[in-house]
Amino acid sequence: MRNGCMLIAVLLAGWQALFQFAGAHALSPPIDTMLFLAHLLGTGPFWVHLLETGRAFAVALALSIVLGLGIGLPLGLHKYAAEIAEPLLVSAYAVPKIVLYPIVLTIFGIGLPAKIAFGTIHGIVPVAIFAMAGVRQVSPVLLRTARAMRLSRTETLRCIVWPAALPEIFSGLRIGFSLSLIGTLLGEMFGSQQGLGYLLMHAIGLQNVPVIMAVTLLLTMFAATFSAMLLAWDRRLHR
Amino acid sequence: MNRAGFHRLCIVAGLLAAIEVLCRTGIVTPFAMPAPSRIVFDLFVLLRAGQLIAAVGKTLHDVAIAVVLSVVVGVATGVAIHRLRGLRRALEPLFATYYAIPVYAFYPLFIVLFGLGSTPQILIGFMLATIAVLTSTLSGLDRVPRVLLRTALAYRLSPLETARRITLPCAAPFLATGVKLAVSYAFIGVVGAEFIMSRDGLGYEINFSYNNFDNATMYPAILTILLLSTGANLALHRWERTLLQRRGR
Repeated sequence: MRNGCMLIAVLLAGWQALFQFAGAHALSPPIDTMLFLAHLLGTGPFWVHLLETGRAFAVALALSIVLGLGIGLPLGLHKYAAEIAEPLLVSAYAVPKIVLYPIVLTIFGIGLPAKIAFGTIHGIVPVAIFAMAGVRQVSPVLLRTARAMRLSRTETLRCIVWPAALPEIFSGLRIGFSLSLIGTLLGEMFGSQQGLGYLLMHAIGLQNVPVIMAVTLLLTMFAATFSAMLLAWDRRLHR
Repeated sequence: MNRAGFHRLCIVAGLLAAIEVLCRTGIVTPFAMPAPSRIVFDLFVLLRAGQLIAAVGKTLHDVAIAVVLSVVVGVATGVAIHRLRGLRRALEPLFATYYAIPVYAFYPLFIVLFGLGSTPQILIGFMLATIAVLTSTLSGLDRVPRVLLRTALAYRLSPLETARRITLPCAAPFLATGVKLAVSYAFIGVVGAEFIMSRDGLGYEINFSYNNFDNATMYPAILTILLLSTGANLALHRWERTLLQRRGR
């Protein structure tokens, strides 16, 4: 906790120093940015963008988790299928998915579905990879114990495989959370008329530094807070 | 090639064939997406006409700089932080939440600071890649067995000798993972930044041809990026596996 506070203080100091160095045409100082963000949060139109992004992100995250687990868990249970699929999934993880954007737009058109699809293709892969790895790494001793106790297949899955793989699965969800947020925002930056990503892109076009900084700050704070919470939970599971 | 590799190839070929059929039968119109064979043909046409080559060169050049910078900075910082326990504890929350931060949101700031040249794009790639190298370096150094370090002390090895004979070989697999991640992240960062706003590079070509409904350029450019990033990833994956096997022996 103390470390976290110190880190935030250092980052704020660095931000202020960068402002002194680069000037007001490049970035706005911390206090002004926070005040402007507070002002934005008091206006109606900003909430329209915020809610739009929130809705798209929530659906994208839910789809990433459901589909990712749907792909990852069965693959983890089947050793040979996992051996085939793993390099494919890892390659998919490494692809700069932003280049698939035109294809996604062609399929879904401009609007909410395209953002959701874009967030989902970012988030689904890490969830699947970690779920697969988690199930594969379940200790053989546990599985042999399950057989010795004559547990049925469902019981083995529910009482042995799921709890044993849970920490790893959760780590995947944590990364899926971050990536589907980035994906949703990237989706909004191009083919969209609404949402924080659109606001950001619009502000870039107009060189509107205060808006760029305020939206960036809001996104960073949101992502960092949730990610820190998920991480704390993750650590507890891994213990 | 082993059996799994063969089956993997079959799956990929099957998927491609399915898309090919969908496109050729007109279910997917050429306006939406040309058939895969057509995309490959277009790519050859473009390459023979000398187009795309400059864009590929520019993107690879930026990715290479971002990778080299991030590996050097990441490993050096990792080694330094590994020694300073207090600093490491203070920075740990930053590493853990780092990848949740939408780095692209900082891109406009970089453009204002550094202009529209290659620098902001390299910086985005570097920012994404460094922390992966740093954390891999840290976990690599963590896994060096104490016994070996004590043995080194007993034999009075110099720090350099210790690094060469003990620390590096032990940490190598983790460093390899770090380099592999760095290459992926540098690709993602550079191409993404080019896509958002730039004057050249593969990301720019894709965005430009997309805005002009130029499928004959856009799809070959997308294919090029897919080939480059998967190719690099597979090569590094193989290298990583040989390192792991060597350690296993």
